[in-house]
Amino acid sequence: MPVILQGLLTIVIGVSGCVAYFYFSNLVLDKVIFPPKGPKAGQNINRANQVRPWLFLFPAIFVLGLYLVYPVIGSFVRSLYGRNPDDFVGMGNYISLAGSQDFRTSFINNFLWAIVVPAGSTFFGLLAAQLTDKLSWGNFAKSLIFMPMAISFVGASLIWKFVYANDADIGLINAIRAMVGFENPIDVLQIPFWNNFFLMVILIWIQTGFAMVILSAALRGIPEETIEAAILDGANPWQLFFQIKVPQIMPTIVVVWTTITILVLKVFDIVYTMTGGNFGTEILPSYMMDFMFRDDGRATAIAFVIMLVVLPVMIWNIVQARKEMR
Amino acid sequence: MDNIAGTKSSLTWATHLSVLVLVLLWLIPTIGLFVSSFRDRDQISASGWWEAPFPVELTARGRTATEATLEGDVYVVTGNIYDDPEAQSYFPGGGGEVVAFGTSGREPGAFPAGEPVEIGDGETLVVNADGTYEWRTTEEPDRGQRVYFAAESPPDFTLDNYEQVLTADNMTQAFVNTFIVTVPATIIPILIAAFAAYALAWMDFPGRGVLIALVVGLLVVPLQLALVPMLNLHNKIGIGQSFMGIWFAHTAFGMPLAVYLLRNYMVGLPRDIIESAKVDGATDFELFVRIILPLSLPALAAFSIFQFLWTWNDLLVAKVFLPSDDASKVMTVKIADDLLGSRGGDWGILATAAFVSIAVPLVVFFTMQRFLVRGLLAGSVK
Repeated sequence: MPVILQGLLTIVIGVSGCVAYFYFSNLVLDKVIFPPKGPKAGQNINRANQVRPWLFLFPAIFVLGLYLVYPVIGSFVRSLYGRNPDDFVGMGNYISLAGSQDFRTSFINNFLWAIVVPAGSTFFGLLAAQLTDKLSWGNFAKSLIFMPMAISFVGASLIWKFVYANDADIGLINAIRAMVGFENPIDVLQIPFWNNFFLMVILIWIQTGFAMVILSAALRGIPEETIEAAILDGANPWQLFFQIKVPQIMPTIVVVWTTITILVLKVFDIVYTMTGGNFGTEILPSYMMDFMFRDDGRATAIAFVIMLVVLPVMIWNIVQARKEMR
Repeated sequence: MDNIAGTKSSLTWATHLSVLVLVLLWLIPTIGLFVSSFRDRDQISASGWWEAPFPVELTARGRTATEATLEGDVYVVTGNIYDDPEAQSYFPGGGGEVVAFGTSGREPGAFPAGEPVEIGDGETLVVNADGTYEWRTTEEPDRGQRVYFAAESPPDFTLDNYEQVLTADNMTQAFVNTFIVTVPATIIPILIAAFAAYALAWMDFPGRGVLIALVVGLLVVPLQLALVPMLNLHNKIGIGQSFMGIWFAHTAFGMPLAVYLLRNYMVGLPRDIIESAKVDGATDFELFVRIILPLSLPALAAFSIFQFLWTWNDLLVAKVFLPSDDASKVMTVKIADDLLGSRGGDWGILATAAFVSIAVPLVVFFTMQRFLVRGLLAGSVK
């Protein structure tokens, strides 16, 4: 198969190209441009050391700049044009978005997702982390709860189709309903408004493992003395958890929460696979895909709206990172 | 303070029990998919996967034989319905007890087995529990009588679904394509990111702080922004929608996390080792290759698992940067766009396709879990 060969060739060319770039650029810098010899040896070494970081950084900066920095500007500029790339419409795309019912629905849904999914995942993650902490089979339990992390959103959606299916012989929910005595199966994905929550459950199912792993490490990092002191003072297990442990891992909870929030704003696969955005379940990323390949102006406008929503988190992240470096 | 021991043990039990419930809740959906992928497709639509170990009542149809014996002026046809190839085809695992039978597709189980019934024109038919039948008719039969019946079918676990998914439907091609996308898109970013991370961790130059902040900021840029401009650019420079394009795209989209993770890890390496190597006259390049890379293996492993899972599981980038013909579809696109559309009701095939697509990530996940956890911790907790 030629594509396999192409793939192998890319690996070889890509890897050896990278290695060759780093090796020879260093060699050229040290031997040809600023050789540490002759009358200016010392000065040359210093100069070479000033240039070298940029040699190391160049490929990364290049792809980051091209694929992530340029698109922020490129997308914004494109969103000022209509379906036809020569057709300048100014804020037209944004104005028509603001007037569109579908856009408002997906914005509100996205807002719900961004609250419910991080809250749910963090809650279950914290619960699982605390419960499995002192358990003999805790690690085994944890790795099973962590497992959905490895499953694609598409795969996860299919897995949950076997829970939600509109048929008491396939879907678990309808089977349980039938057992309790309801006659007709229902399609939970078509119940207005609540169907959104059934979709969110899938992402919570996936993300809980992530929250659990990080919170579990944070729980273990709590100094023993504080816990011992609380027990000596007669704290019951609930007080111990909510008044001693949770406050101490609050920074980690915030990190987990924001990480999942950012993820939620990008995920379109679940909605796309489960409902295709029908029955009032549209969210911004899936709404954008409706216009992708059809109306680039609209698509980029929606993408830019997602960017604006993420922006506060981004700034907060940068501020946090700068604080840590000092 | 009284009864502390008692409270403790009941609390321990509650903990064990609630963890068990939690684990089951998390596991059951996946088990359902797994079990369904091995079930015969007729059985899937007849009973839930949780009933898979039990016999299923299936409705089938067949035709009686035509060799009749004359008893007076009545032709009598006897035989076993399971001898009919059409009826057999419903029960690859062998037919069980016939529960009911009928003569119309609308009411396949109209009459209980073993009870002779009039079926019009003076004909009578009976199908017994063991499948034997007796059909009495006044005219010499030239075609067998249509018989519908409901019978217990023993649980039937088969690999047919896998055979079909892997041979038909182009799924093998999609599987190979997924690998072709994933492997270069995992290896190349690591190399590039490792050098950049080293520079950001251990080299002194103006603007370092700004660059680190930039990487942190880029971590959260929604890649939706990149789709339209980059696809247009790819089209303009002649890459178009191709494997080449998706390798570039994945390399770039994984870069912020790679640089961030690796830098966090490398900063924590002991300063003494690095400085003594420098004193011994090692150049930065040698230092990086001989000391930093080997020491950073856990972080490199962690990131490569991330990137592998992310590129393998990705749907969005593949939909945009790969052509939509069968020759270059990856598995996620194949399942989401083809199978869910054309085989939306074929649960066996859906389950199998999904399981094939998640099998590799699951293996990677369970064998490399240690590294994955370490990577997550390096990336999120400081």
